[in-house]
Parts: sequence; structure tokens; C-alpha cells
Amino acid sequence: VSDLIKSSAAELGSLIASGQASAVEVAQAHLDQIAAVDGRVHAFLHVDSEGALAAARAVDERIAAGEKLGPLAGVPISVKDVLATKGIPTTAGSKILEGWRPPYDATLVERLRDGGLVMLGKTNMDEFAMGSSTEYSAYGPTLNPWDLTRIPGGSGGGSAASLAAYEAPLAIGTDTGGSIRQPGAVTGTVGAKPTYGGTSRYGLIAFSSSLDTPGPCARTVEDAALLHAVIAGHDPRDSTSIDAPVPDVVSAARLGATGDLTGVKVGLVREFSGEGAESGVMGAFRDTVEALTKLGAEMVEISCPHFGYALPAYYLIAPSECSSNLARFDGVRFGLRVGDDGNRALEEVMSLTREAGFGPEVKRRIIIGTYALSSGYYDAYYGQAQKVRTLITRDFTSAFEQVDVLVSPTTPFVAFELGSRTSDPYQMYLADLFTIPTNLYGGPAISVPCGLSSGLPVGFQVMAPTLGDDRMYRVAAAVESVMGGLAAPTL
Amino acid sequence: MAAISRDEVAHLARLSRLAVTEQELDTFAGQLDVILQSVARVGEVAAEDIPPTSHSVPLVNVLREDEPQPCLTPAEALSGAPDPFEDRFRVPRILEEEE
Repeated sequence: VSDLIKSSAAELGSLIASGQASAVEVAQAHLDQIAAVDGRVHAFLHVDSEGALAAARAVDERIAAGEKLGPLAGVPISVKDVLATKGIPTTAGSKILEGWRPPYDATLVERLRDGGLVMLGKTNMDEFAMGSSTEYSAYGPTLNPWDLTRIPGGSGGGSAASLAAYEAPLAIGTDTGGSIRQPGAVTGTVGAKPTYGGTSRYGLIAFSSSLDTPGPCARTVEDAALLHAVIAGHDPRDSTSIDAPVPDVVSAARLGATGDLTGVKVGLVREFSGEGAESGVMGAFRDTVEALTKLGAEMVEISCPHFGYALPAYYLIAPSECSSNLARFDGVRFGLRVGDDGNRALEEVMSLTREAGFGPEVKRRIIIGTYALSSGYYDAYYGQAQKVRTLITRDFTSAFEQVDVLVSPTTPFVAFELGSRTSDPYQMYLADLFTIPTNLYGGPAISVPCGLSSGLPVGFQVMAPTLGDDRMYRVAAAVESVMGGLAAPTL
Repeated sequence: MAAISRDEVAHLARLSRLAVTEQELDTFAGQLDVILQSVARVGEVAAEDIPPTSHSVPLVNVLREDEPQPCLTPAEALSGAPDPFEDRFRVPRILEEEE
């Protein structure tokens, strides 16, 4: 394995800027690694070798011409296949979009290009980002580089696996209920969900619009912060984008890396103190809490009485929004059309198209959402879930009056074996137990590796108040400084 | 007692424009019952006087300046259409044929 692919994005950026490595050389090293290992990992749905090398050449030319570029110029990146990329296949992991080439780029994709990043390809995911294992991808699962019989998490398992397999130093994910953080946790990588509205949703294929948040994935906290700084910030094309300055996440990550947390108050969520989590996960979590205390952090136990209702509230709100959002897949303007024999009416063609194009989890969620929004059940299900969302938000607000951040394990269990949770969909939902409250509240949260349990990575979650993204990077970098340095998986 | 019956699932699938098979109905009915019984726990929370939250960012009437912007050409907009026809999206018939 070449040194280039083992390097951090920050290191690669400075090697390229100083002319010690060319962007083409760096891109080629990663494309070679993809060619060598992706047959086993299946992190990618589409690899754009030509596009990547052309983008890398352009960066090298600009550097040769003396242009001053950003810190990640020339650094390769993989992008979750839920973001529109002009002219490059975009499927959202679904058969209904097989072969679709978007006529425009997502805002995030434009920002990556403006920052000089080199897109290697599009990564695998659970269909329409619904799932926690990538087993719901219509194109077959991604496998965890730590153990190829296990899942890489989901929905962004492809992005996380591409980092763990050294196919890319950076990746873009999206987090609706944990789809950046849980894959980060089970692959031993870093995944950050920014404040909702802190990153643009323009060009992101919608699942649950009040929750969907794109964000950075990386192997180090500093790299995640550098990428965060490239992609975050107001976008007039997304009406829910926040028009406020982006917190200085890069300085915060560097401050945290010094390992000093004096004066930082860290809240331990009483309701997440072990119920439903594996003992190995709780053990690594408690060791990390102890280490943070030694760095000067003050630990405070905090009660968040409504967090226990976050999972049921989420699995009403997200399917409700999905049932509405996915109505656009009707076989008219883009994607698949099935059964149009000249005799069938539109409604029948639509039903046949959606039946053929959607997989089982997407169908289940559309049906649940249709149920929760129907007139007789609206108040008891969707309406009540929205009220619970208010109470969860109040739990966070009151917690952040007492502490700077909240911490928990990222997910209750380490990477599970393929096939072990697909027959009982609710067992799959439990993977999101600790990540979901933050999505309902809208604040930022990050998962950072904190050790191993039975030889598999465990993630530590840091949650911060809305627009307090810098705080989570500071604490996560401190965790990394004492618990980091996991052995690399061998492929 | 089941939270949802097989017939109700079939009705919801029709409303959702999903031509599900009999076999899928058998599988989904049991799975959706488990899911609905679990999510029904939201009803345990006393929330009578609590206002609902639809969105974590309280924004209303976000408007942009009314300035012309470049947009997709007809060819670009139709590039992913399953059945484009003379700069239009051709669709299957919508009305029933006359007797």
C-alpha cells in the first residue's frame, strides 16, 4: 500500500501545494487502490477515472501557474450517490433511477469543485438513504473492510468503507437519522453531521426534508473539519439553508488536538447509560469518558427524559416526509417507466413503475408514511410525533444550558453480520437509537473512533448545540488525541 | 391486537401507487404491524398542550430576489425522461376511453 493513500487529506493537500506530489499522481494512487480492492468491498457504484484525472490535471496546471488554492486542492474525494452530479450516473441506490444522468450539479458538488477537490466516483448506499447497513441498496451491499462478512453501516456505508479501505481520504455523506455517524462508527472512521441548514440540500435527492443534512466523512477529525469548511455555508438555492457565518471548525479541531479540555463541561445522557447497547461498546465509551476527564473535562450527568421516544417519533416523521417526497418518482419526468403498452392508464403505469423500481424498505416506509398522514391517524401518529419532537428539542435546549456538549456511544452495537437484521426491519432501526435525537433537534453531532470491541471499531458521539459545530470538533479531536490510532483493517 | 390488517396494507399500497404482489402483502402486513406497534409508543407522552415542531429552523417566507437566472434548456430538462416527445414529457392516457 502506497504512502500516498495512507496519508491524511491535510497532508495530501500540502504535498500537492508544495509540489512534492502532483494531484494526478495522488488521484492515480487512489484509482489503483479502488481497482485493487473494490471488487471485494463494493464501496463504489460508479468510478469516474477519466473525470478524476482531468480534474487533477487542472489542479496541477493551476498550481504550476502560481495560483493559490485551498487546503484541499487536488485531494481526492468520494461522493454518496444521493447527490446530483452533472452527466455522471446518480441512482440513490435505487433501480428507479438506474442510468439517470442529472442535468445539473448539487451545490455541494460545485463547492467541492471550487475547492479543487477531485471526485473519484459515487458511493453505494441504502436505497434513498433508508437503512443502516447498505443491504437495502438495489445494487448489492458494501462490505466492511474490517471484516468482509459484516455490514459497513448505512445508509452511507459506501462512503465510510471507501475511507476505511484507503480508496479515498475524504467522502461526502448525508445524515437523516445517523447515516453519516453510524457508518463512521462501525468502520473506524470520522463522520460529522453539521447543524441542519448549515450545509445545502440543493441537488440532494430528498428523503426527509426536515432532517436531511449532508456532511463530511474522513479518517481524521482535522480532515473532517477541513472538508466541513469547504462545503458549509449559506446557499440561496436551499430555502432552509441558514444565513449565518460558519463556525471556525478547523481551528476548533486543532485546539482539541492539543488534548486540553480544561473548563469544558461534558454531559452524559442518563437515558443512554447502557440500555440496549453491547457491553463492549459501553466499555469503550466509559474508557473514553475517563480519558476525557484526565484531559480536564468536567463530567455532568444530564437527564433527557424524552430521548427514549426519539426512535418512534423519527420512524413516523421520516416515513411521512418520505411518502410525500418520493411521489416525484412517477415514471413521467425521469427514471424508470414500466408497463406503458399504449393501453394502460397513467395511474396503472405509475403503480407498476413504482412497484418495479422501489425495494422493500422504501415500500415499507412509503406505506407507513401514508398511514401516519391519513386523516383518521394523523393526530395520533404524525401530529403526536411532531409534539414529541418539540419535547426532545427542549431536552437539548435545557441540557445545553448546563453543559457544552453531550456524549454517548454512536450506535449500540459494532458492525453486525450481513443478513442478521434484514428479516426484522425494526431490529435494523435500533442501530439509530443514539443518533436520532440530534436529527430531530437539528444540532450538529460527530462520531469519532474510540477503540475496539471484539476487534471491531466503536464510535464515540459528541453532540453540540445548533451552530455550535466548532465545539463538537474540539471535543472529538481531543478524543482522537487519546483514543485514536486504530490499527488499519487488512484487506 | 394487530395495529394494521393485511387489507389495510393493501389499501395503503393502492393509495401510494404501489402495485404490490400478494406475497409482498403477506410479508409487509406482519412487518408493518411490528413497526406500527413500536412507533405507537409516541402516544405514551403527555403532549396535549405542546406545540408541534415541523422543522428545526424556524423560517417563514424565504424569498429570493426576482432576478432572471440561467435555467435548463428543454433538451437538458428532457434528458432523463422515459418518453420525451417534441420538447414535452409524453405520458400514458389520463382519462378513461369513451365507451
